[in-house]
Amino acid sequence: MKVPLRFKSIRQRLVVLLLLAAALLSLLLFISVRAIASASVQASQDSILGAATIAIAEELRGGEEGVAIEIPYAAFSMLGSSGEDRIFYRILVGEDTVTGYGDLPMPVAELTGLEPVFYSRDYQGDPIRLAAVGRSVLVEGTPRRVQVIVGQTRTGQEMIISRMSNRAAALGMGFFFLSAVLALLTAQAVVGPVNSLAEAVGRRGPQDLRAVTRPVPEELAPLVSALNGLMARLTAALSRTETFIAEAAHHIRTPLATLRTHAEIAQRISEEQEVLARLREILRAADDSSRSAGQLLDHATVAYRTDQRAEEDLDLRAVMADVMRAAEPTAELKDLHFELSVPDGPVPIHADRLLLESAVRNLVDNAIKYSDGDDAIELRLTVDGGTATLAILDRGRGLGTMQGRDLTRRFARGSNVSDVVGSGLGLTIVREVARALSGSFRIENREGKGACAILSLPLA
Amino acid sequence: MRHLVIAIGLSLWAGLAAAFEIEEERLFEAQSDGPVVSILSTTDTVVFEPVIAAFQARNPEVSVHYTVSSTRQVYQAIAEDAARFDLVVSSAMDLQMKLANDGLARAHGSQEVEALPDWAVWREHLFAFSQEPVVLLLRRDAFGNRPLPQDRSGLIEIMRDRPALFEGRIGTYDPARSGAGYLFATQDARQSDSFWRLAEVMGSLSPRLYASTGAMIRDLESGDIVAAYNVLGSYVAGGLSIGDAGAVVELRDFTHVLLRTALVPASADQPELGGRFLDFLLSEAGQTALDRDARLPRIDGRALTTNPHQRPIRLDTGLLVFIDPLMRDRFLQEWAAAVTRP
Ligand SMILES: Nc1ncnc2c1ncn2[C@@H]1O[C@H](COP(=O)(O)OP(=O)(O)O)[C@@H](O)[C@H]1O
Ligand SMILES: [Mg+2]
Repeated sequence: MKVPLRFKSIRQRLVVLLLLAAALLSLLLFISVRAIASASVQASQDSILGAATIAIAEELRGGEEGVAIEIPYAAFSMLGSSGEDRIFYRILVGEDTVTGYGDLPMPVAELTGLEPVFYSRDYQGDPIRLAAVGRSVLVEGTPRRVQVIVGQTRTGQEMIISRMSNRAAALGMGFFFLSAVLALLTAQAVVGPVNSLAEAVGRRGPQDLRAVTRPVPEELAPLVSALNGLMARLTAALSRTETFIAEAAHHIRTPLATLRTHAEIAQRISEEQEVLARLREILRAADDSSRSAGQLLDHATVAYRTDQRAEEDLDLRAVMADVMRAAEPTAELKDLHFELSVPDGPVPIHADRLLLESAVRNLVDNAIKYSDGDDAIELRLTVDGGTATLAILDRGRGLGTMQGRDLTRRFARGSNVSDVVGSGLGLTIVREVARALSGSFRIENREGKGACAILSLPLA
Repeated sequence: MRHLVIAIGLSLWAGLAAAFEIEEERLFEAQSDGPVVSILSTTDTVVFEPVIAAFQARNPEVSVHYTVSSTRQVYQAIAEDAARFDLVVSSAMDLQMKLANDGLARAHGSQEVEALPDWAVWREHLFAFSQEPVVLLLRRDAFGNRPLPQDRSGLIEIMRDRPALFEGRIGTYDPARSGAGYLFATQDARQSDSFWRLAEVMGSLSPRLYASTGAMIRDLESGDIVAAYNVLGSYVAGGLSIGDAGAVVELRDFTHVLLRTALVPASADQPELGGRFLDFLLSEAGQTALDRDARLPRIDGRALTTNPHQRPIRLDTGLLVFIDPLMRDRFLQEWAAAVTRP
């Protein structure tokens, strides 16, 4: 079927179509109830009219002096019972009207037997319903044909019909409203699975590209399989990109390592201050580049590994201690020392070790990088309810006027750190890890001086 | 006197009145200049005068031209001559019904019509404004210490027991000459078979037949007759002049109640004026004036329930039956056969 109207929503279209159908059915209901009512009112009116006509016809008597007429009082009284109708009658013997209204219309049909014939005509400006009965009586020994015609205006009948029509209209309206409610519910039920599918897909994290496996109605299956196909292709494209980044980082780091080795050798064999200074610069630049490349690699890894779900049971205390130990040589270069405080008992967490280490390492790196030296960097692990909170606090330059949330964006760097080399990826990695592990991350200025980074994770 | 009542020179209304017999004609002139509502009625002017006065008290600018004629003449004036009256008032329910049924009345709707009980109105065309029981008048003194008859069988019994007392001293309407008498007789006939027994017994006692109620009452008061059967009760609402010697009996088996009706003819020149007078008749003020001053009992459904023997003659198309000429001939023949001795 072609629908001439275009709707933006299936629901709207369904509702409109259902309402149209309901309106049509209501109208049909109204029309048919009214038709039935009219027919039955007509039928009952006819039966009274017919009875009155027969009653008069049966009282006609033959005899020696002609036809004797006796109109039963009840015949007319009965017809007037509604109090609304004028009545007319005509009695014919042979072709002559002997009494009544001489111009009352005659029936078209031939009158046979005592069964009344009914017909409708206009008379004296009003539509009237008539009944006619014919019979024979013996007058002076010969049969004479007599006909009785009784007519009645239809005011009373029309009043009843219009009353019934009103009821039929009310019925139709009621039916329509009920259908309207049902239409809305139906539309809701039909659109429901689509909505819930959309909601389920929408609720997913940005990295979640798993296929949709929830059961859906048959009609939605093609959509879901198309969606799943799309997601599979997307996953493949993503992993290709990540692989590429990882490889690129690797390809940068290897020559940097070679460069570093050669610079160190040159440092050892050179005596010249000028050259040594240059070599130090080269070494520093190589280190920064290598770290940036490392972060690129980490970022790619985080994105990739989020999908891999290589989770294991870990003790968060151990992870922190490991990261701290690895960072200690760098910290010592700036005369910084760590102060680690952890709970006594284990802090169990179910997570991908690489991701977790990468997050903590980036936070510790930042603390070192943005501290001035000769200070303490605090690593605090606390457990509250089902959440482990990991705080890394330093006494460095702080975030300046920047908002922590803005700094977690990809490649975002502070306005007060132009003297420090960095990629702007560190906090992005932390944020993504937090999200992958269903935790949260925030960084803010610390009371007095320095920054405070807080990573909260749900316990296993 | 508040109203100047003038007997009108015939010249002014001659054209109007030419085709039928007028019994009385009066113009009740208004205080100020205004329209004239012309009413054709079967009710005597003396009876209706206080009602017209009450109407003019509320409508001081309307003059009322009041014409009185017999029921038959009133019917003919409208049915045959299409006389241009604004309101037709008649005690002949059957003839009024015939006019209304034949489309010679105009529909009239109003608050007052709305307030009428269903049995007092027909299709917003014919309206009852008073209800008058049809009674038996007796001379108490003629009965000695015998109890007065309370129903038709009692009446039959006493007439059979004492023919000498009643011989030539029973009065009733001649249905052939009196429209009201015909209506009462036909309604009696349709109501019970005892009517024909009563007619036969009366017939055996050489009854006197009257065309007018007044004559019948006069004869009763003078003692020429001792019983008057089927008299419109409103004529004796003020009591009989003979005091306790007379008795007004509402028969317990059934007492017909005549509805005096009004209609606005289709031929009316000023139907709105006719309607205005009609609304007044149906209004509280009009009903009070009718009931109190004209002694035409007001329309009151409660009066019927407290007097269960009272049966209002139904204002429906059944009334057309005895209007039929063949039916009328036949009924009068049968009646004559029963009542008139060969
Ligand atoms: N401990 C900290 N103290 C001061 N500023 C910090 C600290 N950690 C992060 N920042 C600010 O957040 C920015 C983003 O950090 P990050 O994503 O790790 O990038 P990068 O360190 O490579 O610049 C940094 O440029 C810096 O301005
Ligand atoms: Mg960083």
